[in-house]
Amino acid sequence: MKSKYRYVLPGLQALLASKDLFAKAPSEPTRYSYADALLELGEQNPDVVSLDADVSKSMKTAMFAARFPERSFNFGIAEQNMMAAAAGMATTGLIPFANTYAVFASMRALDMVRNSIHYPRLNVKIAASHSGITPGPDGVTHQAQEDLSIMRSIAGSTVIAPADPTSTKMAVHAAAAYDGPVYLSLTRDPVPVLYDQTFPFKIGKAVLLREGGDVAIFANRDLVVQALIAAELLAKRGIDVRVIDCHTLKPLDEGMVLKGARETGAIVTAENNIIYGGLGSAVAELLVEKYPIPMKRVGVGNTFAESGPYLEVIDKYGLTARHIIRAVSEVLKRKPAGKGTSPAKPIPKPKTNLKKSKVKPTVGKKR
Amino acid sequence: MTQAPMTIDELKRLAGIIRCDIIEMICTAGAGHPGGSLSATDIVTALYFRVMRIDPKNPGWPDRDRFILSKGHACPVWYAALAERGYFDKAQLATLRKMNSILQGHPDMNKTPGVDMTVGSLGHGLSAGVGMALSARLKKKDYRVWVVVGDGESQEGSIWEAAMSAAKWKLDNLTAVLDRNHLQNDFCVDDEMPIEPVADKWRAFGWHVDAIDGNRMEQVVTALEAARARKGIPTLILAETVKGKGVSFMENVADWHGKAPCQTEADQALDEIRRCYCEI
Repeated sequence: MKSKYRYVLPGLQALLASKDLFAKAPSEPTRYSYADALLELGEQNPDVVSLDADVSKSMKTAMFAARFPERSFNFGIAEQNMMAAAAGMATTGLIPFANTYAVFASMRALDMVRNSIHYPRLNVKIAASHSGITPGPDGVTHQAQEDLSIMRSIAGSTVIAPADPTSTKMAVHAAAAYDGPVYLSLTRDPVPVLYDQTFPFKIGKAVLLREGGDVAIFANRDLVVQALIAAELLAKRGIDVRVIDCHTLKPLDEGMVLKGARETGAIVTAENNIIYGGLGSAVAELLVEKYPIPMKRVGVGNTFAESGPYLEVIDKYGLTARHIIRAVSEVLKRKPAGKGTSPAKPIPKPKTNLKKSKVKPTVGKKR
Repeated sequence: MTQAPMTIDELKRLAGIIRCDIIEMICTAGAGHPGGSLSATDIVTALYFRVMRIDPKNPGWPDRDRFILSKGHACPVWYAALAERGYFDKAQLATLRKMNSILQGHPDMNKTPGVDMTVGSLGHGLSAGVGMALSARLKKKDYRVWVVVGDGESQEGSIWEAAMSAAKWKLDNLTAVLDRNHLQNDFCVDDEMPIEPVADKWRAFGWHVDAIDGNRMEQVVTALEAARARKGIPTLILAETVKGKGVSFMENVADWHGKAPCQTEADQALDEIRRCYCEI
């Protein structure tokens, strides 16, 4: 039988239904993959410079600093200065990569990122580690659950949230080749290596990972693997799920979204980002205007998260395969007859070895 | 690329012409920031007509000196200097803040020839200058970077982040001029949020500080040229200025930070400026 998967490593496919996937699959935080790729870029292009703000050890961009000390600039804990200085460098033809955590890149230094980088369309690449709730143990102050929404809202922005180490390296090279600001969303915690080297990374082009006709899941960054797990588990129950890595949040691959909508008739989005303004919003905005069909968003709700091991935190806050399965179940119930194929049988309640817990919102309380 | 240096008297006359341009522009636009434009006029005039290595016919010349007006709201002085220097037709000045103009309310490097950095949100320009100065060093170029910073703007923390970093990298190719006009949008700087002792602060941040009267052309030129020659340390020229300089009813009046003169006021202002500066 022809495999439904494309680009997904066979070894990873074999682990998708296993509880031990995260323990057994080779994995790496994508901040490290980024640092490796930056080092390669440094060798290839003398105009590439690396700017740090006291997290060069955490992001391993210290490797670049050691190899190219004259092209590495550590600004200390001063992200605003770093971003505007990166803009100044870019006016002279350098290609600055500004490295920091996503909360600082997208929030503390946002004024510089908007006014000094994006408004003049300067060729600065922002490498944002600890994006989304990927820094589980660090807690809320370091969990950038809004960064993708914020960056997406800036005019002319290009926002990329790669799913695994392989595609992250490709994204870094693509960002360097692109003329204009790029925001690279990276993970603090390890994510499994999903893809082989034939993965066709292109900015703005979503990638079909698994063929399926009942429902299409669009996911980005660390929730792509969760979408693949969900698809594999749903397959065992007769649900044929399409999975798409929507690594470029902006510009959105509208063609791929509309194709998924037309061919399956039901869409689920999955993102480790607040539910407002990210991938789910982008897909919903498109569908409501061009092809309204049942859709469900999986993402962080109207709450801040908390400290804890990455996998436990994202499970408590509704971002794992079981939540995607639940969303698929809901969207299939709303799916009109005749769109795509129908579920072969009702979806049984998903089983999980992780304890379920209800998230209590910590914000939005009425006074 | 450089023209024969202007004499101090010629620079003074030109500063008068640029002041007139500022008044006319803002009056025509019906909005803008005259006070801080007039306080910085002598500094910007000296830079564009005497000190900077530039070529108006080739605004993108990679070896040109860079200028950043970090207090971007004072852009009428920048636009007037660029027009008088020949970067674009002076007739453009009448389009300030109008639809489809190359002259935005705050400077846009992609719209205005000669504008080296988009600015407007305060506390960015000095950092951008640090980036340009670092780039010069890396690319082994001898251009200099000149940044005019406001005294109200110095309340932004990012100014001090930038100051710290310029000292770390000993950016002697970077000069900041602090337009110390003592007024900001709301009130007096030192009532609203005191920045004194500002010279000590910059020294403590590792800069050479040169205090001058920023509305006396001789002192401005001397300080800028001394900064060009100074090695191993960035220079801060602490330029004591008068907000609204040259127009009696605007001088030292906070209300003229961001208000356009009506035609009658503009006529009086132009008359005063011409009598003071243009008959030298």
